[in-house]
Amino acid sequence: MNDNQTTAAPVEGSALVPASGDGQVLPASLAAGPDTFENPGLPPHVHRAADIDPAAAKRAERQVATMFAISMLGALAFVVAYFAIRDEATFFLPGVGKASTQNVVLGLSLGVSILFIGLGAVHWAKTLMSDEEVVEERHVQASSPESRADAVAVVSDGVDSTGLTRRPLLKYSLGGALGLFALPLGLQVVGSLGPVTVGELKETLWDPENNNGQPIRLMRDPEMTPIKLEEVTNGSVFHVMPETLQHSIDERKHVLEGKAKAAVILIRLNPDDIKVQKARDWGVDGVVAYSKICTHVGCAVGLYEQQTHHLLCPCHQSTFDLTEDCKVIFGPAKRPLPQLKITVDDEGYLVAPEGFAEAVGPSFWERKR
Amino acid sequence: MSATYQPRHAAELRDGDRAAEQRQAGQKPLGGIAGWLDDRTGAAKGTSYLLKKVFPDHWSFMLGEIAMYSMIICLLTGVFLTFWFVPSQAQVVYDGSYVPLQGVVVSDAYRSTLAISFDIRGGLLIRQIHHWAALIFVVAVFVHMARVFFTGAFRKPREINWVFGTILSLLAAIEGFAGYSLPDDLLSGTGIRAMNGFVQSAPVIGSYMSYFFFGGAFPGESIIPRLYSVHVLLIPAILVALFTAHILLVFVHKHTQYPGPGRTNNNVVGYPFMPVYIAKAGGFFFIVFGVIALVSAVVTINPIWAYGPYDPSPVTAGSQPDWYMGFADGALRLVPGWLEFESWGGFTWSMNIFPFSLILLPAMWTLIGIYPFVEKWVTGDNREHHLLDRPRNAPTRTAIGVAGIVMYAVLMFAAGNDLMAIKLHLSINDITNALRLLFFIGPPIAFWITKRICLSLQRADRQKVLHGRETGTIWRHADGRFEEIHAPLSPLERWSLVQHEVAEPLQLTHEVDANGVARPAARKERLRAKFSNFYFRDRVPTVTPSELEAAHHEHETHDSQVEAAHAPEAIEPAGRP
Repeated sequence: MNDNQTTAAPVEGSALVPASGDGQVLPASLAAGPDTFENPGLPPHVHRAADIDPAAAKRAERQVATMFAISMLGALAFVVAYFAIRDEATFFLPGVGKASTQNVVLGLSLGVSILFIGLGAVHWAKTLMSDEEVVEERHVQASSPESRADAVAVVSDGVDSTGLTRRPLLKYSLGGALGLFALPLGLQVVGSLGPVTVGELKETLWDPENNNGQPIRLMRDPEMTPIKLEEVTNGSVFHVMPETLQHSIDERKHVLEGKAKAAVILIRLNPDDIKVQKARDWGVDGVVAYSKICTHVGCAVGLYEQQTHHLLCPCHQSTFDLTEDCKVIFGPAKRPLPQLKITVDDEGYLVAPEGFAEAVGPSFWERKR
Repeated sequence: MSATYQPRHAAELRDGDRAAEQRQAGQKPLGGIAGWLDDRTGAAKGTSYLLKKVFPDHWSFMLGEIAMYSMIICLLTGVFLTFWFVPSQAQVVYDGSYVPLQGVVVSDAYRSTLAISFDIRGGLLIRQIHHWAALIFVVAVFVHMARVFFTGAFRKPREINWVFGTILSLLAAIEGFAGYSLPDDLLSGTGIRAMNGFVQSAPVIGSYMSYFFFGGAFPGESIIPRLYSVHVLLIPAILVALFTAHILLVFVHKHTQYPGPGRTNNNVVGYPFMPVYIAKAGGFFFIVFGVIALVSAVVTINPIWAYGPYDPSPVTAGSQPDWYMGFADGALRLVPGWLEFESWGGFTWSMNIFPFSLILLPAMWTLIGIYPFVEKWVTGDNREHHLLDRPRNAPTRTAIGVAGIVMYAVLMFAAGNDLMAIKLHLSINDITNALRLLFFIGPPIAFWITKRICLSLQRADRQKVLHGRETGTIWRHADGRFEEIHAPLSPLERWSLVQHEVAEPLQLTHEVDANGVARPAARKERLRAKFSNFYFRDRVPTVTPSELEAAHHEHETHDSQVEAAHAPEAIEPAGRP
């Protein structure tokens, strides 16, 4: 017989009958019939060289001891290297390039000291420890019917003793208390995690109220110097921050939060290449400024392709066409990059008079509200 | 239980103790520290039970061990790193020994990671061991999971352990993400930025969730300390607890084994824990650790000094997450943007992001977690299974697994679409469109091919059993015919090829009850029969002894005919060239 069946198999040896199928669903035939092969039993044991030849066993012993000795040498080498090698020493490692001498030597000696313990132990087990296979019997996982009945009795006796079944008032009031006790803890942690001033998502440092209502100069990032119109030559790309960021930089407060929404890319195109009137109107002589924060999940869109006037986001490859008001022409973003309206002030510097007309960056639920 | 409790006399206990010692007469008595311990814990019984435990031998059983050991290495080196790492986003001016960044304003987290890499002796090595061990941990977890899946080791009674393992693998990936985000470098910061985008995309509560996570506006100064707490306390605690339960269940169930002579569903054949597996498995820990240390010595991982500190404005071309998050990043790259829409009331539904970021991971892992229960429902098989399936003998399951891997692989490769475009000089748009197509047609094709391969391997097994092993010796008959000599299999060789059972589809016997009334259960059972048919429609029967005998008989008649026609000396070996 096929002894792959466990004693846990349900009735009739036809295990394919589902327990819940009340006999309505049946296998077309029984899987294991009487015409099956006999398990031939364990194969004969083959002795290893070290089992029968004392010389081979002695050799294996020496090999294992040698590996442990190499491990000790590795550990000692680590100690020596730790004190002997200067922190800043480097050398050329073929295939890797310039490498920190200390890191390489410490790592190799540590690796050798650890690895050879393992190799020695495994070699020991494979050559010298008994390789006679041992057979252990399995038992059905389920407890015996008596133990099960006992467990049921204990639980139901206990429940009876509490009176939960007879006193519904206790059951429901306990349920209510247990249901509510997590509420204060949950409220504390979630409620206090952060201020929820989500209206800020629609504001940027380009909003004129950050500059007493005055137009805000476009500054080079990270030098924070203003940009003259004529400095923006055809095809050149400027990474731009608002003048108002300087306050944050000076006070070292909320610099990254400011940058995360205010980053702008400034590019000069041939005005005739711009196909959208609004885009031309919001720029100056073909110089246009767009939010650099991707409308997909917010990476910086900074890869500019001069020939095609495409802006590409390096994170998920959303592609925006500068000549079409940064419309999405490929990739997972939906909305165009918002344009920043710019003009030139009395001194010839580029300024943004109005801020962005819409929320920059990735979409969120209340974006259009 | 108090009713059944029988109080025993104190003297009896003492007698019993002595009796136990007497049984051990002739052996070394348990004394010294071990005796002291056993007096107080009674651990001797459990210890001898554990040490006698038998484990079967197979290389594929080491995959889970690699996962376990690399996790331990991560815990160990992680403790080291906490001594120097400062989880703070306070802005400081870098003044360490890495010259190119001196004078740059960076976060304290980034500064302290640079210090670990350049100013703390051996710190870079520990950091690299930690990162390499983490990568190997997640690989090992996934490959171990594949092994368990393809061999059917998740079947009763091990379904709970499959679910534990599923949760462990998800936690491993999240733990990795939290960990590599901590240095606050440009690459990982870009990853957090994208995560903020995912969170913000959730309908209704997205913006609020983002403000909760970041303690205000992105990036704020809270996310690194919070991720740190998650990375060093919350997830490791759950990981270690679940992992302990995972290992305990392995002991409780006893390890599965591959079919072979002498191995049955009711036994486990292998080597005892003491001494063979203590040496082999214990030694393997040192091998894994040693190899990771050697790799960390020579191969730089995550050189954060080259990326620079996080700043939302600069660009990093070729931004990829660590490999195990690649599939999620890839999914986002393939989704078309037009799925986003605005509803009545001016609300934005980011259906190009939300389902493929926040929902993708829980959904995928739920599918993986429930698979054993789905298969159990389809097969209706309620028996315990301790003998593993050879993957070919479960063609539909194997094909489902391969289709899943192909789907995963398409998404993972999609995360590298920009690198492929650059290295292969192809258009990124073409690559993305091809991967979009492949996502839909790849898995069904993989399913079909895998299933066919499994079935033909089974047929090959059948042929081998019926007609013997190919010897590679070609005979030329006197009449010019060539014939390869086949050697019959010994019963030992044959057993692995004939021991499996071939399930047949469940069939619905009747849809109405005895009174001719439609049974309400019939609809569910019809569905089940359909699934069962899908699983077991195509099957190759195992060879039975009578078939083998018939085949032998045929050979004999054939051979005797040959011998009758030609004298034996007329057959000569053709010889090898």
